[in-house]
Amino acid sequence: MAGMSGRMSTVIKAKISKLLDRAEDPAETLDYSYQKQIELLQNVKKGVADVVTSKKRLQLQSNKLEQDVVKLDTQARQAMSQGREDLARMALERKSLIQTELQSLDQQVTELEAQQENLTENEKKLRRKIEAFRTKKEVVKAQYSAAEAQVQISEAATGVGEEMADVGLAMQRAVDKTEEMRARGAAVEELERAGTFEDLTQLGSGEDEIDRELKQLTTTSDVDAELAKMRAELGAGGGEQPAIEGGDK
Amino acid sequence: MIVRIATEGQYRLSDDHAEELNRLDNAAVDAVEAGNETTFREVFDQMIEMVRRDGTLVDGDDLSSSDVIIPPSDLSMEEAQEEFSGEGLIPG
Repeated sequence: MAGMSGRMSTVIKAKISKLLDRAEDPAETLDYSYQKQIELLQNVKKGVADVVTSKKRLQLQSNKLEQDVVKLDTQARQAMSQGREDLARMALERKSLIQTELQSLDQQVTELEAQQENLTENEKKLRRKIEAFRTKKEVVKAQYSAAEAQVQISEAATGVGEEMADVGLAMQRAVDKTEEMRARGAAVEELERAGTFEDLTQLGSGEDEIDRELKQLTTTSDVDAELAKMRAELGAGGGEQPAIEGGDK
Repeated sequence: MIVRIATEGQYRLSDDHAEELNRLDNAAVDAVEAGNETTFREVFDQMIEMVRRDGTLVDGDDLSSSDVIIPPSDLSMEEAQEEFSGEGLIPG
């Protein structure tokens, strides 16, 4: 083959090769590889299960946040119809924040799905190579001299080893992604706790720390637009120009 | 030659792709070193795309090892920076 001098691929190849520990004796190579292959397959299965668990958790959170959005929207409307634009604004700000979070949650669920598919696919591939390896081992033993068989089996073991290293890498990446998302999930839980009001009217107009932070985080223009829309809707419903206290706040 | 896209699979490519593969590979590392994420993304994606487009997937029963292994297609700039100037994707 033409000389490969790509720096990136050279580094990766060297590292993958390093992961392949090969015994010299082909018989040993076989037993050792096979045992390693089985171990790895079990790990991959566990990896897939972890990804699925994380995905389910994110989906549950996503459902909960969707309910929160509806609740906050209703609360904003109630507040508005009672002339409490200040409370309506707070509810809408929270709604806006939760919607942003929802978008990124959905994106993460999609990403985890891709990881899950990739791992499952990788597991299948590895399984197939392991089977091919077993078959080859038998064929080679029957057809070749000991020396030739040694060379052939050793080459095949390298090929399977590379596949194993690659599946290991895929799993590592899936685990990293999953952990990242777990941390994210904890942050969302925090948001859920602070996200909705049990009873909007009991809050009064006092701003707490969360509200101050929210004001900085949310896009005021979106909230303003939505408030204006609600105002218009209420106005249309009531016939006359709505008399909303603190409307110019 | 056989090229593996890590975490994806092996492709068989004609040897005359080696030069272009090397060129893109080195250009990607240069971009990483220069901290130029846009160029890195562009060049790296081009490289992956070339392998997928011009290569044919190696049969699942084939036990050949790869001549070239390139990083996973979703390699981030941060990972590339670690990989090619520091600790790396796969702990040595």
